[in-house]
Amino acid sequence: MIKRVFADYPLVIIALLLSAYGIAVVYSAGQTDVLQASVASAYRRQLAWFAVALVAAWLLSRASVRLIEWVSWPGYLLAIVLLLVTLFFGSGGGTASSMRGWLTVGGVRLGQPAELAKVAVVLMLAKVLAARRDPPKSLVELWLPALVVLVPWLLVMAQPDLGTGMVFVGIFFAMLFWAGVSARLLLLAASPAISLLLAFNTGLWGAWFLILIAVVLWYKPYVVEGVVLIVTNVAMGVLAPILWDKLAPHQRARLLVFLDPSEDPQASGYHVIQSQIAIGSGGWFGKGFTLGTQKRGSFLPEQHTDFIFAVVGEELGFLGVSMALALFLLLFLRVIRVASRANDSFSSLVAFGLLGSWMVHVIENVGMTLNLMPITGIPLPFFSYGGSFMLACWLAIGILVRISSEGRGEADALPIGLRGSSSRY
Amino acid sequence: MSLHPNDIQRRGRFAAWLTALSLLALASGFFRAQVLDSERYQLSSEKNRLREVPIPAARGNIYDRHGAIIAENVPGYTVTILSTSADTLRSTLSRLSSIIDLTPADIESAVRRLRRDPNRPTVVLADASFDQVSVLEEHRTEFPSLIIQAAPKRRYPDGPASSAFVGYTSEINETELNSADYVEYKSGQQIGRAGLERQYESQLRGLEGSRFVEVDARGRVVRESGARPDRPATAAPPLQTNIDMDLQRFIASYLGDSLVGGVVAIEPSTGAVLAIHSAPTYDPNRFIGGIPTEYYKQLTTDDRRPLYNKAMQGRYPPASTFKLATAAVALEAGLVTMDTRMPTPCSGGYQYGGRYFRCWDRNGHGAVTLAQAIAKSCDTYFYQLGLRITLSRFLAGGVKLKFGEKSGIDLPNETTPQWPYAVEYFDKAYGPKNWTNAVTLNLSIGQGENTQTILNMARFYTALATDGSAARPEVVARNPERTRIMELTPAQLTGLRDAMGDVVSGRGTAGSAAIEGVVLAGKTGTAQNETARDHAWFVGFAPKDDPKIVVAVMLWQGEHGYAAARIASKVVAHYLKRPAIQPVDIEGDG
Repeated sequence: MIKRVFADYPLVIIALLLSAYGIAVVYSAGQTDVLQASVASAYRRQLAWFAVALVAAWLLSRASVRLIEWVSWPGYLLAIVLLLVTLFFGSGGGTASSMRGWLTVGGVRLGQPAELAKVAVVLMLAKVLAARRDPPKSLVELWLPALVVLVPWLLVMAQPDLGTGMVFVGIFFAMLFWAGVSARLLLLAASPAISLLLAFNTGLWGAWFLILIAVVLWYKPYVVEGVVLIVTNVAMGVLAPILWDKLAPHQRARLLVFLDPSEDPQASGYHVIQSQIAIGSGGWFGKGFTLGTQKRGSFLPEQHTDFIFAVVGEELGFLGVSMALALFLLLFLRVIRVASRANDSFSSLVAFGLLGSWMVHVIENVGMTLNLMPITGIPLPFFSYGGSFMLACWLAIGILVRISSEGRGEADALPIGLRGSSSRY
Repeated sequence: MSLHPNDIQRRGRFAAWLTALSLLALASGFFRAQVLDSERYQLSSEKNRLREVPIPAARGNIYDRHGAIIAENVPGYTVTILSTSADTLRSTLSRLSSIIDLTPADIESAVRRLRRDPNRPTVVLADASFDQVSVLEEHRTEFPSLIIQAAPKRRYPDGPASSAFVGYTSEINETELNSADYVEYKSGQQIGRAGLERQYESQLRGLEGSRFVEVDARGRVVRESGARPDRPATAAPPLQTNIDMDLQRFIASYLGDSLVGGVVAIEPSTGAVLAIHSAPTYDPNRFIGGIPTEYYKQLTTDDRRPLYNKAMQGRYPPASTFKLATAAVALEAGLVTMDTRMPTPCSGGYQYGGRYFRCWDRNGHGAVTLAQAIAKSCDTYFYQLGLRITLSRFLAGGVKLKFGEKSGIDLPNETTPQWPYAVEYFDKAYGPKNWTNAVTLNLSIGQGENTQTILNMARFYTALATDGSAARPEVVARNPERTRIMELTPAQLTGLRDAMGDVVSGRGTAGSAAIEGVVLAGKTGTAQNETARDHAWFVGFAPKDDPKIVVAVMLWQGEHGYAAARIASKVVAHYLKRPAIQPVDIEGDG
């Protein structure tokens, strides 16, 4: 029996608008005073990838969610294997040429397995969480979901790819939240990471530790759990300086520059300073499409990939930035709606996991152009030049369209948002 | 796991709010950067892409009294490089050295310029030749950070003839840039080095302009202009001088390259310097854009010292030309008249304190009056006149006549003449008991502890040519105040002038220098030179009764005063007898 697939038109239209906006900016990124041949032609390759991505998304939207669920395990294993292969045989590229994120065969870069791993982790985590009767209620019960994320997380951190690591953490917490894990448990689960960050200031760490003990006493977890938690936090506090020493120099530099870009204005701080200048000098309405001087004069680095949003800011101004952010907001609200209306737990968790992944990408990538976030090499969905990422974004749209069509009510029902969606049921 | 619709709705709403707030937080960050702080970032962005390229100002032209050009500007080029770091500059220059001649030292000096002023294009060739510019234009695309800028170049049409007063320009050096006196100068700029160029530097300099070129992150020029309007350079106003270029040229060509010495011509009524020349001379044009090493070596190894200004830096014993000073002091003190004879007639010398002081003429002059003693330059007469004045009064008289001071000419590096300020001078120099009154005898004939510049002797004679007052010699047209340096009656002055007229006649020492139709008055001098031939002096003026020009000539090892007198005679004759020169209008308000 052939079931008619209802396309979620608002979702597809928002994604098309974002892609069109993105490809236009990739085109502009290639318009420089001194020709950068590979960047100048990037928009054509991006268009080709866009066409491929559309076809792939359409095909995927024909596939049942059950099929996708069935693929979760093999997909996850494949992603782990590819990450392992990449770790040993990968090559660098882009802003982070010192890290090995690319899978290269015979000199041809096939793609970044990390992009596949993001989707695979979402699917696997959804499968694991959906299999439970109730949401995890204690830290001990979190062991399996944690393991699902921990393995690929360790592999990408070993590349080292801090950005993708952050995405995994975002996916993990977003999906636990959506699965119904309590806020207190989320806080406890996050505590080692918070300890790690605060360990650089003994006073702050001490204060955090007192809060943690209070939360533990109030929440009353199992004794073993509580002890493990406290011990982990102490260990993180002790480990932090050691980990700091273990960080690659470019990562340490990036973190330091995040705290103060002027510390190293010619080298590590250069990117973010030039990006801020580009955005700030754009003003309300920008310098005009393709006319950004920071970009034209090559002051802005990686203008077609990691720092593409600085081109938006410079050439289209606050107006263009607001439009892009508004499109992302519409996309996110629509995805929340898809997740809310999904027919089953797996679909709902997948949708929300994809949202979590995109959220981290957008906030981190856009934030770093203004030094609101440390610089990591993660791309901006639908904007940054790159074939595998464009494909990954549209595959996600394909899955979401399918989930949406299998969901309750008419898939294209307006308004976009949450109110009224479930009230009809 | 079943997700209850109510829970989902609650969490969905929470997620929607969280998403909206996160993006709003991002947007507010952009609002701050793009709206509130936009101006600051716009400035940084402009600073990134625009480089200010200086447009050198044309220096003020220098004109003579009739409007003839002494210094002007011709088109030239400077080659500069926009560089962001010392390393890129070094690599660009080493590539460039395969096209134009650049030594490793040139490259290092360019790197130092960059370090001093990183925001200014680094000067590679301050004065590029047309050939160099053509070659560079051919390779333009290989050197996108290269800027070829038209820059006015200094030229002196009469080069060697004007070297004694005009000076030259060159690029400001590192030591000067480090000094507080040159704070308003920037690396690569031209500065006046000597003569008028240095003296009137602040007037001649002009105001540098600038244009803005657009560059990319690697300093490559992507647009030469249009990014921002140019700020044109302001040329300096012209400088009008008192120099009479026609006379100056005449003097320079008359002395040529074989004679060594100096000539100064002054208009006695105003102190205006008509001509000032030092021989042998050099060509200031060759100093522009860097002195060629061989030329500089040639100038500095020449025994005749072409770079040493004999007219105002060299000090020589004034010899008999100083006898007018002795006479003036005696007349002013009322000790003698023009007709006074001395007790001891001249028999070829004078016995004083166990020592015999010779007159230049061993045959002797007999019992001469003051007027005759001047005409014949009788040493015996002046020995006695000096003694009659007494040393202390004589020294004070010399001080009053300003023999111990610079003339005050508006040119740099004038040497202060040497004149004993008082008797204490001798006590200090030799010890209180180690000198005798015999110094008076030497001083009275212009020898001894008295050395004067040619310029200062000319200044003194302007007082003799007028009413006893002298003006400060001025090269640039102004009207300085005249100061009376000797209190002589018109009759006394006329007497002195008549005696000087006799010098240039059959009755005097320079009869051969007489000019037909013009009475030249003056005094010869032969300065004793122990090691080689004597120096020849002549200082005088003409016409005797209405002097229009004072001329002082000194010939290094010219043997006898009449050699100098003959030159002075030619100068005066040229000046007074040539056809009138039509003045040329000078543009500008100089």
